[in-house]
Amino acid sequence: MAMSQPSGSSNTSNSLSASQQNSAQRQRKATMGRMIFSLSTIVAIVALLLLLWSIVNRGFGYVAVRQKVDPATLAQGRPLAELSKDELVTILQAGVTRGVFRRYDSEKPFAERDQTEVLDLVIERVVGQETIASWTLQESLFSKPVIETELRDGTEKDAKKWAGAKLEWRSWVTPDFLRSVGGSNPAVAGIRVALLGSLWVVFITMLVAVPIGVGAAIYLEEYANPKSRINQFIETNINNLAGVPSIIYGMLGLTIFVRALEPLTSGAIFGVQGSNGRTILSASLTMALLVLPLIIINAREAIRAVPSSLRQASYGLGATKWETVRDHVLPNAIPGILTGAILSLSRAIGETAPLIVIGASTFIITDPTGPFSKFTALPIQIYDWTSRPIEQFRNIASAAIIVLLVLLITLNFTAVLLRNRFSKKV
Amino acid sequence: MSSINLPPMDSTVVSPLAVPRINLKRKPRFGETLVRIILFLCAAVSILTTFGIVISLGREALLFFQFPGVTITEFFTGTDWSPQSAKFGVLPLVTATFTTSLIAMVVALPLGLAAAIYLSEYASFRMRAALKPVLEVLAGVPTVVYGFFALTFVTPLIRSVLGNDNISIYNMLSAGLVMGIMITPLVCSMSEDALHAVPDSLREGAYGVGSTKLEASLQVVVPAALSGIMAAVIVAISRAVGETMIVAIAAGAGPNFTFNPLQSAETMTGHIARISGGDLSYNSIDYDSLFAIGLLLFFITLVLNLVSRALVARFREVYE
Repeated sequence: MAMSQPSGSSNTSNSLSASQQNSAQRQRKATMGRMIFSLSTIVAIVALLLLLWSIVNRGFGYVAVRQKVDPATLAQGRPLAELSKDELVTILQAGVTRGVFRRYDSEKPFAERDQTEVLDLVIERVVGQETIASWTLQESLFSKPVIETELRDGTEKDAKKWAGAKLEWRSWVTPDFLRSVGGSNPAVAGIRVALLGSLWVVFITMLVAVPIGVGAAIYLEEYANPKSRINQFIETNINNLAGVPSIIYGMLGLTIFVRALEPLTSGAIFGVQGSNGRTILSASLTMALLVLPLIIINAREAIRAVPSSLRQASYGLGATKWETVRDHVLPNAIPGILTGAILSLSRAIGETAPLIVIGASTFIITDPTGPFSKFTALPIQIYDWTSRPIEQFRNIASAAIIVLLVLLITLNFTAVLLRNRFSKKV
Repeated sequence: MSSINLPPMDSTVVSPLAVPRINLKRKPRFGETLVRIILFLCAAVSILTTFGIVISLGREALLFFQFPGVTITEFFTGTDWSPQSAKFGVLPLVTATFTTSLIAMVVALPLGLAAAIYLSEYASFRMRAALKPVLEVLAGVPTVVYGFFALTFVTPLIRSVLGNDNISIYNMLSAGLVMGIMITPLVCSMSEDALHAVPDSLREGAYGVGSTKLEASLQVVVPAALSGIMAAVIVAISRAVGETMIVAIAAGAGPNFTFNPLQSAETMTGHIARISGGDLSYNSIDYDSLFAIGLLLFFITLVLNLVSRALVARFREVYE
């Protein structure tokens, strides 16, 4: 552009202006391109914000609550939450028919239930607490009059359903939500069993996957001859496994762990009675296979980053191969290995599809007690609640998602902290 | 081989008389060998996993094809999947997988690639440092959460735009769009790595002959990183084909032989998830049919992954 100067000859002047024109056009295109590229990035960020908003939007807001009995009358004005378990059992026994009480007792004996569980039952059955309707955060913040009109209209049209409904601000994520047992009534449902199930599954997954994954990484980086056929096969294999859809791992787990190894995974050979193969152990082993490629790939990178001068110094002092690996390579590769392990941990917590295939059940009210328990998991609970058409189930689904995301963010944050802390030391 | 070895080097420097007879043959160390074997077994778990997948899926799939009335030709060409009436044509599931994946690609490829070009070529260092974590967060969100997003946010939005009568509550469009959003960070970070690996000398050469930034990016840098970008595209397709939760939640239940994204249809993964989530008795034809679908799915993703790796290996430009 800068070089274009007016000149005497009409011929050159023409060509120059053409090039000027061309240049201006190219500059316009370049600006357009820049705009398109930054716009795409902005779209990606907006998508993330919308995703978060769609969750928060249903996690908080007004609800219409109805109670059959005022809880204050049940215990002479004392709040129900402060009562002991035995007092609550007495209230429950007085409030429901004998058959219902016996059914609850046979589902899970009252001796085994704790105060929170009995409290939930009292609120659900005796107080009869129900959320008739719920509104999103957006509606609650910006159109309260509309909500009040809906409430009035509802009472006029369907007095039976709406009688005694009170408008109440509600955060669906509460400490009670973490403590309560999942149930069919969204007003009192919680995620305790699912959360414990998830923690059990990822704990055993890591217990199995980290040693095997790190071992495989050490073998491939330190011992294996990179030219040998079998080692090349292992490498290709690991990379391919990383791309296998997670639901296929679920089917693998179903045939191998749930069915073929049922005596082991149900705990029958350890003397555990009355359980089938759809246990925490099966889920953990499946999950371990799923995250193994991730752990191996990350651990290999960490081991590769250890300078070979360290190894040579160790050999020079007469250390054997394993001594070198154990005392010098591994301690220096720990930060990278840990980061990889935590990333695969967060992958394992969020995976849903394999657990569905393995047979996680959503109708479980007893806490998992060990590797041979039946289980449900947080993502399974989210899936189940999301799939139900009633609005209030979406509210508790979003509350469960908030818990899951907080868990994941904490994990990732820990990974970053660990990495920084260790990388300073080394 | 002999039990007495002379030190290999410097034998001329040191007088032979001064050399004590040292046995330099490698002593067998039991512990070292044991460790080596254990570590090899750890690595071999991955091979066992692959064999496990092929054998367990293959065995049940074989059982499925041995049921009376089930033929391989019908499986691959039949347009009706209704186990109740013993019709097992996998095409409706395949078309649904194809449609949702196609929509996802239409969203993810342009968006991911453009964001990658922006991050690699245009963004300042600080911008990059701020934006990459956002993409990592997007990539780390569990897919069941994307499913919730699709059903409770995107679907109502689409329905309010297109009209409730024109589009069903469960539809492939919403599932595909959200799947595209889910895959965008993957495409972006893989292509960004490829673009970033292109040496600056190429860009400087392009500027030297008077290119604008856009021309340098699109005509020099992108072609130089093409193998990496292609690999990203194929990995993205494989991810879309294997994605389960979004389609299971938002695309609908029940096979439907259609390419119309406004209708509900069940993908291969969605069908496996729905049927195996219910009460299913082992060794029934329904149970075994899932494994035939699973095997097909496994081979599709396997081929895609192999092609992706071959592309990278074959067309990678190595720069000093």
